[in-house]
Formats: sequence, C-alpha cells, structure tokens
Amino acid sequence: EKTRTSFTSKINELVAKYRKVDEDFFEELEELLLQADVGFETVMELMEELRFEVQRKNVKDTSQVQSVISEKLVEIYEAGEDQPNELNMQEDLTVILFVGVNGVGKTTTIGKLAHRFKEEGKSVVLAAGDTFRAGAIEQLDEWGKRVGVDVIKQAAGSDPAAVMYDAIRSAKSRKADVLICDTAGRLQNKVNLMNELQKVHRVIGRELPGAPHEVLLALDATTGQNALTQAQIFKEATDVTGIVLTKLDGTAKGGIVLAIRSKLNIPVKFVGLGEKMDDLQPFDPQKYVYGLFAE
Amino acid sequence: MAFEGLAERLQGTLQRVKGKGKLSEADVKEMMREVRFALIEADVNLKVVKGFVKKVSERAIGQDVMNSLTPGQQVVKIVKDELTELMGGEQSKVEFAAKSPTVIMMVGLQGAGKTTTTGKLANVLRKKNNRKPLLVAADIYRPAAIKQLETIGKQLSLPVFSKGTDVSPVEIARQAIEHAKEEHLDTVIIDTAGRLHVDEELMQELKDIRALKEPDEVFLVVDAMTGQDAVNVAQSFNELLGISGVILTKLDGDTRGGAALSVRSVTEKPIKFVGMGEKLDALEAFYPERMASRILGMGDMLSLIEKA
Ligand SMILES: Nc1nc2c(ncn2[C@@H]2O[C@H](COP(=O)(O)OP(=O)(O)OP(=O)(O)O)[C@@H](O)[C@H]2O)c(=O)[nH]1
Ligand SMILES: Nc1nc2c(ncn2[C@@H]2O[C@H](COP(=O)(O)OP(=O)(O)OP(=O)(O)O)[C@@H](O)[C@H]2O)c(=O)[nH]1
Ligand SMILES: [Mg+2]
Ligand SMILES: [Mg+2]
Repeated sequence: EKTRTSFTSKINELVAKYRKVDEDFFEELEELLLQADVGFETVMELMEELRFEVQRKNVKDTSQVQSVISEKLVEIYEAGEDQPNELNMQEDLTVILFVGVNGVGKTTTIGKLAHRFKEEGKSVVLAAGDTFRAGAIEQLDEWGKRVGVDVIKQAAGSDPAAVMYDAIRSAKSRKADVLICDTAGRLQNKVNLMNELQKVHRVIGRELPGAPHEVLLALDATTGQNALTQAQIFKEATDVTGIVLTKLDGTAKGGIVLAIRSKLNIPVKFVGLGEKMDDLQPFDPQKYVYGLFAE
Repeated sequence: MAFEGLAERLQGTLQRVKGKGKLSEADVKEMMREVRFALIEADVNLKVVKGFVKKVSERAIGQDVMNSLTPGQQVVKIVKDELTELMGGEQSKVEFAAKSPTVIMMVGLQGAGKTTTTGKLANVLRKKNNRKPLLVAADIYRPAAIKQLETIGKQLSLPVFSKGTDVSPVEIARQAIEHAKEEHLDTVIIDTAGRLHVDEELMQELKDIRALKEPDEVFLVVDAMTGQDAVNVAQSFNELLGISGVILTKLDGDTRGGAALSVRSVTEKPIKFVGMGEKLDALEAFYPERMASRILGMGDMLSLIEKA
C-alpha cells in the first residue's frame, strides 16, 4: 500500500537533489507527474499554478515546496464539494449501476461493494447484467455466494435490459436496501454497445423513477490517457456519478483521474486495492496524491 | 477530447520551415517538442520518449533535403521510419516444438485478456497451422475463470483441460502436458491467472510452470490502453520469466496504443498478434507500420506529406 512514507520517498529525493526551487526542480517534478499518467495538459496547468503559488508565497527552499505541491493537487478534488465520495443512498431501494470498458474490475468491485454493504447490515441483491462474456454470470454468482447475497440472473445471451427489469422487481418485492447491477465491459467507441447500455439505464429509470442513484465507472489505474475518453463518453451515455479506481495495489498510479476530475468533474468514490472481498476503500485524496509520488 | 495527431500538431512548424534547404537546430528542437508531446499523449513511457527523441533529433539536424520532400516533411518521415523500425518486423509466427506437444504460456496482469486470447490463439493455430490445441485452465483464483475457459472451449469445439480449483496450477499444467501427449494434441496453451508483476509468490508460480517443460512461447498479454506503467510490467515479466513475445489486446478501441512502443523497447521481444475484439476470431497479425502511424495519430500521414 502506498503510504505517506513512500510519498515522501520520491519527493524527498527531489528535495535532496535540488535545494533551490528552480527550473530544473520544476522539470523533474513535471516528469514525475507525467510518469504517473496525469497527462500533458493537466501537468502543464498544474505546473503553471505551482509556479505561481511558489512565487506568491515566496518559497525558495525545496523543503517548503512539498506542502504546496500536495495542497495544490488535493485541491482539485475538494473544489466545491462537501463530501464527494459519499454514495447517494436512498431511504428505500438504492440502485447502483456499474459501467466501464473490458476487464477493468466491474464485477469484482461489485462483489467487494456488496460485502461492504452487508457489513453495514444492509440487504443486497446483485443483477447479472453481463449476459455476453463467457463465464460472466457464473463469476458474479460466485461473488454472490462468497459474500452471501442473492444474484438475479437469466440465461447467457439474454437481453441485459430484461435482467434489470427482473432485478428491480425482485429487489422491490424483497424490500432490499441496495441493488447493484453488473454490465458487460464495452469499449466506449462501440456505438451499438453504448446504445445498449443507455437502454439498460433507461429501463432501470422506468422501473424505479430516480434510479439508478449511482452510476459508477470502473477505471483501471493501469490505463493511460484513454481513461479520459472513457470517462467522457460513458458520462455522456449514462450520467456517470462517480469513479472506482481499481488495481491501485500495483505500481500504476492512476494519475489520469486527476485530469478527469479537473476536466469532467467526476469524483472518485472508491479505490480497489486487490482481488479480495475487503480490498475496497473509500477514496482519500490526500493518500492518493501521496501515492502519485510513491516508488 | 480526441487528441490531435502529430500531423496536425506539426502543421505550423511545417509551414514555417517550408522552402528551407536545411533544418536548423532550433527548427528541429521545436518539432521535437511536438513529437515529445504527441508520444506522451499516446502513452509512450516518458523515458522511452526521451531516448527516441534524442535519436530522431540527431538524425534530423543538418539533414539534407531529399529530392521530393521539404525539410519539415523529412523530419516527419524520420520520426515515422524510426518508430516503425523500433516496432520490429512483422512476425505473427508461433514457434512450435520439434517434438510435440508445443507448450505456450499466457501471462500478464489482471484483466489484460489472457483467457479470451487463449481461445483466439487456439482458433488461429487450428485454422492456419493445422494444430490440435488443448486449452489448459490454470487459473484457480479468479471466480469462474475455469468456467470462462470451458465456455470458450465449447464455443470453439476445442478440448479444455481442467482440474477444478483444489489442484495447484503447476500440477494442472504438468498433468495437461501428459494428457496432451496421450491424446495426441500437439499444442498446449496454458491460461494462467492474472497477477501483478510485483507479486513474488504468484510470479514464482509462473516460474514453476515454466520449469516443467521449456515452453516454446511465453506470451505476455498487454492491454493496449496501458499507460506509463507498461514498462514496469513488461520489464518485470521479462526479467523474472523470460517472455518470448507480446500480444496486444483491445486495439479495437480508440487508444493510440503507445504501450506497444514502451513494451517493445524495454523487452525487445516481438509483438506477435493484436486483439481486435471480444469475439474469438478477432486476433490479427501485428503490423509495425500501422502501429507507428496509430501512435503518432497519422492515419493521414501521406496526404500531409504531399500537402505541406
Ligand atoms: N490487483 C487487483 N486486481 C483486481 C482489482 N479489481 C479487479 N481485479 C482483477 O481484475 C480482473 C478483471 O476483473 P473483473 O471484475 O472481471 O473485471 P470486469 O470489468 O468485470 O471485466 P469484464 O466484465 O470482462 O469487462 C480479475 O482478475 C480481478 O480479480 C484490484 O483492485 N486489484
Ligand atoms: N474489445 C476487446 N475486448 C477484449 C479483447 N480481448 C479481451 N477482451 C475483453 O477483456 C475482458 C478481459 O478479458 P479476459 O480474457 O477475461 O482477461 P484475463 O487476462 O484472462 O483476465 P484475468 O484472468 O482476470 O486476469 C473481457 O471482457 C474480454 O472480452 C479485445 O481484443 N478487444
Ligand atoms: Mg465483469
Ligand atoms: Mg483469465
């Protein structure tokens, strides 16, 4: 796990190397951010703000610049939102829809999230809306068993919208607290598949006005700049309300969510830190920013 | 938010240097800034970008103008050629063992596309090379991973070897190779669980499978959307395991796919196939030149050269 100590590791190295806050220092900082997948444009914007801030506060010594850097980065997240990572939970049934490209961790995150709700004493139902990929229904089913929650499913190849229809009826009649819906992975440039997803979204809204209450986009931390396009197009199609940044337990930093937050204003709600049931944590901007500079 | 390709980015500079006989260092520097930008936006690893830009600059400064090209076009051409060269040759060939069965291992990070590609590859080898593949379900960790491979096997009417989740992957692989010999199946493709390159225990498991019988191919399956981390992943898998080639998946998306260059330059192993969809026939040969154009966002490269 990426901790504050490892944050300091790269920043400390930088500070030790450059005593003065000069161009070389900024250049190396810029490179660190680029290597964390933050992306050129966002890095350039950030560097400009940092330079300004450093001048304004008259920071000369590199050791003083650390806090300015982390403040600036964390600021992106906290801009104008009270509790950006809280889920929009309802009094009665809350419906959460998962969307995203192939293999990013949607189904696994659903298992983890179901576990989390169960721990909180909520009753949870899962909807096996990926009727396409080989073994997808069985995968969700196995998560259901692990966590101890029911999975509403139909045969492979059936219409995902019909599965959602069933699932909402069933969740309502059982008076469940939360229904979490899985969908098949799809690349955002596949127009037909994005239309299908919109239909799924629509059917959910028709069966339960106001639903889905959360549309969570799973993003793989290993992904580079394409994640920005993913976020943009999935947002247009399904009104994404939050991001789950998965696979942060590897060496990838997931810097692109910084760009996503600043350009599209979608908050990160959870991070995935492994393949097990309890490897899901609420997003902590500070920790995340530190992680950008971890080894 | 689609990113501009290098071609568009260079328009301005191209106009300015038009008609010059030689490129000055300043001209080249300006163009290289754009090249650097384009490559980073395409997800090529920063260190790889630096090395590349340095090399291209050296070639470009003081370059004499070729008959039909202006100096600006010349630079664009050098960039493209250099990148194509780095991508390696076209080699979608798979190595087969002199003595059957051939053993192929599929390895990589979680969700990269190993299981799907196992099916696709078997399909290609059967069709094009007349092989008799056996798919081996050696992922005992991911929920329903075995079921996934079995479903794929059924869709392709190909045999799948599985032992459930209580037998170790190493033992499953060992038995599968024996089984293939008995059944005269000449190509064993082992689908392994996704794992992080920093997971020592699971990397050891792959080494143990590898030690059973020297595999003829160890394919690192890499998601084409991977960012800067691609170099760490490729380097670790290659160092710890010794990969023989790379398969790049999900290229049917709209990513530029700079990871291809990163992976290629740290491992120097060939990219052999690309995944172009979820269906089991969506595996294609790798074309270095096409990949270079894609990374640079230069579908219209030639028309630009003509226009400028
Ligand atoms: N290390 C790590 N692996 C993860 C994490 N989340 C998911 N995975 C793994 O990533 C792989 C893909 O996860 P899935 O949940 O099947 O992804 P998906 O988005 O549902 O995939 P499709 O339905 O095929 O599009 C599995 O091997 C998971 O165990 C995480 O936070 N860390
Ligand atoms: N669009 C597209 N999807 C692909 C391609 N290759 C694989 N996929 C999808 O990517 C997702 C993950 O594929 P898998 O084959 O399960 O990946 P894996 O590497 O075996 O995953 P783990 O076993 O969990 O590590 C699935 O939804 C596949 O359908 C491809 O070339 N294009
Ligand atoms: Mg899934
Ligand atoms: Mg698999």
